Amino acid sequence: MSHSSGPLSATAVHDGRDLPVWGGGALPYAVPSKKLGMWLFIVSDAITFSAVIFAYGYLRLAAPAWPRPFETASIVNATVMTFVLLSSSVAMVLAVRASSLGKVSGAVGWLVATALGGVIFDILHIREWLGLIAEGVRPFSNPWGTPMFGAAFFTMTGLHMIHVTIGVVYLLIIAVGFGRRKLSAVDVEVSGLYWHFVDLVWMFIFPLVYLLSAKMA
Amino acid sequence: MEHAETAGNKIIFSVWFGLLGLTVLELVLAYRDLPLETMLSILMVLSVIKAAMIIAYFMHLRYERASLFVTLIPSLVFVLIMMTVIFADSSRLAHMRSLIQ
Repeated sequence: MSHSSGPLSATAVHDGRDLPVWGGGALPYAVPSKKLGMWLFIVSDAITFSAVIFAYGYLRLAAPAWPRPFETASIVNATVMTFVLLSSSVAMVLAVRASSLGKVSGAVGWLVATALGGVIFDILHIREWLGLIAEGVRPFSNPWGTPMFGAAFFTMTGLHMIHVTIGVVYLLIIAVGFGRRKLSAVDVEVSGLYWHFVDLVWMFIFPLVYLLSAKMA
Repeated sequence: MEHAETAGNKIIFSVWFGLLGLTVLELVLAYRDLPLETMLSILMVLSVIKAAMIIAYFMHLRYERASLFVTLIPSLVFVLIMMTVIFADSSRLAHMRSLIQ
């Protein structure tokens, strides 16, 4: 084992030669590997979301008249959803801070509050979905024209809703694990990165899907 | 974990109010009678600002080593710019449709 400071200063005997081994001294990014792993996942997931959002853009630009079905009530609903998600992100920041200070009950409380925000978001969004389905929107047909409207809407918001739902389960697992002291503050921080990313994606879906399809008076 | 520097309450709550404020601004703009392209451009600029605030402060990237930022963000931006290549075909489709009708 290494007792010196440089990352490659330790040596080990291999095939009769002294070869340098990594002593674990310096991390290139100065973050735990779990955190780097989550960041790499987030970048790839961002590309997945972007592909779906660009597909929507492609369809909308090519369509002669894209439906603008969202009444004021729907826009208000989506705005409230945005506020809920942004506020849950602040709760997540407080959970990460409490966990890094070793405040177990505080961290668990904020994690549960964050997950609760996700649940409220899902309920409000499912209500919006049911409203549209009742109006006759299907993946490849709707009462207003351009048939692909439904497919674009349900794919984009559905992929996001799946992320929120997985996030709620993830946060609750982390809350239980951290509460039982089986998980570390790093695990809480890594789950926080995921949650903030889900929040970030909504910052694009909200204006693109809802605000640009608001029904004008 | 290394937290040499981190965002305090004042910064976090300022970012939160900033994000809520920008959302309200987007909402007000949505009901202005602007051309779709202008509206799209304004909303996307505001959304990128909101995303940057979330990444920098909530996701803590501002306080990480620069090597992490350099590894993650420029490659993502490059991929997103490459994806815009499809829009030329999309507008061609819209143009051809208008010729048929």
